[in-house]
Amino acid sequence: MKLVKRHIFVAVLAIIMFVPGITLAEFPDQPITYTIPFNPGGESDITARLQEPNLEKELGVAVNVTHKPGGGGAVAWSEFQRTAKPDGYNLIGCNIPHIIGQPLLRKDAGYKTDGFKVIMWFHFTPNALIVSKDSPFKTLDDFIAYAKKNPKAATVGGSGTYSANHLEALRLQKAAGVELTYIPHTGTGPLIPALMGGHLQALMSYSMVSVNYKDKFRTLAVASEERVPAMPDVPTFKELGYDIVGGAFRGVAAPIGTPQAIVDKLADAFTKVNKITALKQVDMGFVMTYATGDKAQELVEQMKVAYGDVLSDIKSKKK
Amino acid sequence: MLFETFTLLLDPVIILTVFIGVSAGLFVGAMPGLTATMALAVLLPFTFTLPPLHGLVALGAVYMGAIYGGSFAAILVNTPGTPSSIATAFEGYPMAKQGRALEAIGLATVSSAVGGLAGVFFLLILSPPLARLSLRFGPAEYFWVAILGLTLIASLSEGSVIKGMMGGALGILIGTMGVAPIGGETRFTFGLPVLQGGVAMIVALIGLFVIPELYTIAAKGKTALTAVNVDSRARSSLWQVTKKVFSMPGNLIRSCIIGEIIAIIPGAGGNIANLVAYNEAKRASKNPEKFGTGVEEGLVATESSNNVTVAGSMVPLLTLGIPGAPPDAVILGVMLLHGLRPGIELFTVNAHLTYGFILSMGFAAIAMVPVGLLGGRLIYKVIFRTPYYFLVPTIALATILGTYALRNSHTDVIIMLLLGTLGYIFKQFDVAPAPIVLGLILGSIAEMGYVQTVLGGQAYTYPFLRLFVNPLSHILIGMIVFSAAWPYLSTLIRRLKNRSRNNMEGRNE
Repeated sequence: MKLVKRHIFVAVLAIIMFVPGITLAEFPDQPITYTIPFNPGGESDITARLQEPNLEKELGVAVNVTHKPGGGGAVAWSEFQRTAKPDGYNLIGCNIPHIIGQPLLRKDAGYKTDGFKVIMWFHFTPNALIVSKDSPFKTLDDFIAYAKKNPKAATVGGSGTYSANHLEALRLQKAAGVELTYIPHTGTGPLIPALMGGHLQALMSYSMVSVNYKDKFRTLAVASEERVPAMPDVPTFKELGYDIVGGAFRGVAAPIGTPQAIVDKLADAFTKVNKITALKQVDMGFVMTYATGDKAQELVEQMKVAYGDVLSDIKSKKK
Repeated sequence: MLFETFTLLLDPVIILTVFIGVSAGLFVGAMPGLTATMALAVLLPFTFTLPPLHGLVALGAVYMGAIYGGSFAAILVNTPGTPSSIATAFEGYPMAKQGRALEAIGLATVSSAVGGLAGVFFLLILSPPLARLSLRFGPAEYFWVAILGLTLIASLSEGSVIKGMMGGALGILIGTMGVAPIGGETRFTFGLPVLQGGVAMIVALIGLFVIPELYTIAAKGKTALTAVNVDSRARSSLWQVTKKVFSMPGNLIRSCIIGEIIAIIPGAGGNIANLVAYNEAKRASKNPEKFGTGVEEGLVATESSNNVTVAGSMVPLLTLGIPGAPPDAVILGVMLLHGLRPGIELFTVNAHLTYGFILSMGFAAIAMVPVGLLGGRLIYKVIFRTPYYFLVPTIALATILGTYALRNSHTDVIIMLLLGTLGYIFKQFDVAPAPIVLGLILGSIAEMGYVQTVLGGQAYTYPFLRLFVNPLSHILIGMIVFSAAWPYLSTLIRRLKNRSRNNMEGRNE
């Protein structure tokens, strides 16, 4: 209990230090809270952990990464839009297409797509269609041909419903004129044994899965504009005649109303840090992006259009 | 090869890392609400500054310590520190009430160390076949595993099976709150965005176990712990405790095998293993009716099985890159950042690193004995000597902080307190908390397994028949039937035995 007491003491001390309101001239002069709306161990968390020490060096203050998982990110995002102070000391990780799809399809997501001041989108993990090494499907054409002949028989696993993976599978269905059976899983983790054990025929997952499991899996196509540096042999959907580009963009946002000077300073710091984390992340299958300022906002609009068709299909079906 | 790696580990820095890691893990585990996964996530940035082996050793040691640390809170305040020690409270707390707290801690320590070592042994020797077995579990099998788990309710519900089933059903219902795991619909959120996150299992665990206990202590006006008597103090020496643990080899072996099998199933870990091992220990016991009153066999079963899962869940992680339990996801992340891809390469190119990591978990298991025995005595003294009017608010505050820290959510704290109060009322009607938590854990696994199986069978005329296709499903269904029928079978067998004995005696006359 002695330890517990010390723990509480430290917590109280931390609370006192965190009390905002004492605004001083130069930003930043107090610790920054960087909320990750997902569980520890996921891509968002690991990216934030890589950024944390470099950001601290760049900004000269402590950066505290905290987790607030739940509802596919919606719990943290809704609370952030309701309560976070626009002073630059409250940041949150953001993902496309989550922040586009959830407010549109859920009755009570509790937040708005445009309710964030996006500081930067720092990377992109394109979707990829992946099969097991011993699968009869050698190319995307093999897979599509099979799906055409056997409606609903091709099972495709992905992470979540109305998620990046799911929406991509729907777009592929539409573009190729086939009927697939999409099976949602909770996160990317459970997809791996499901494909290895033959419980699924293919995955619509992220490029990291293609890279990390290249001994066991074969990637038929990747949904990026250009080939992904970590896997130069894998063709893009575009090359194969399907206009499908999509995946998850990860970035960081501040509350609306945060002073522009502070946003610019943070964007600058995140840009520098992103160049450092790129050294590790590019080999893992990430595609680094450097969308700040207006470009960041444009990207949101662009993706709204890209997913517009499938999203409105789903919406009309739900009603 | 192994010997070479072993000498690598004799580096004082590594040994120090193991001890610090185990101690830190023990503290995290003993605090309700702080989980092994969180501890590892906090540690993650530090490991980037360390060489890969040191980083992995630190993570392994914290993980091992955290799973074991959960037993302290379970024994001393009837509160599982982590979901892996739910069943530890069933026997450990009654023992503490009888003045045998130190004995219980000693038994838990030695069993945990044995379990930890057994897990390392399995990992070194049996990885490839176990990994293949773990891949056989598809959605249909998960559904049956969850149903099998639900049959445990019969034995966990102390007395009335109907009340146990009510608790289980309530747990399943609570588990459906929030965004559906499949389909993405929001359920039972009552229009509140914060409820999209549902009720986290650990929040329910803390609420249902800790809060009723605090109410009880406050109502009684004294700590439930009894002073350790001289007799029990003698029995709590390391030598005596070790002798006791090894005097039940059947129980140890059975619990370790159960822990290992559950660990390799991705997504299931110590939280299920400890309950299954407890249940099987009870079923195998000659006096199952005594369980719940401080039976050593039960304590040994839960604590050995949950520590097997630490190294056990590394089997699918290291061979296939599949995290067997949530904390493993963090370890996988660290490995990938160091450029270590799971698979055959880990055991050939990076063999020193991999075997070093595995062996260090064995070190950590051994380190738990001194750290745990010393730490255990210290924590016992603090809890025993603190007057209840300080103890109750302190634990309450720690509980609230722990619950908040879980997801940085005020809502979780409110849900925890509400469930706790509800749990206290239930306790008055003899509805035990364990079935509720079990329903909460297993309900979503069953739902996901069922929906995924049916979805996957869309091309067939009767999709739900896919649940009955695989041989592994058949085995699981057989186990379910056996497990559900056991209470009736055992009374029947007893009756038959009695009758034949009576007949024999009759003949002798």
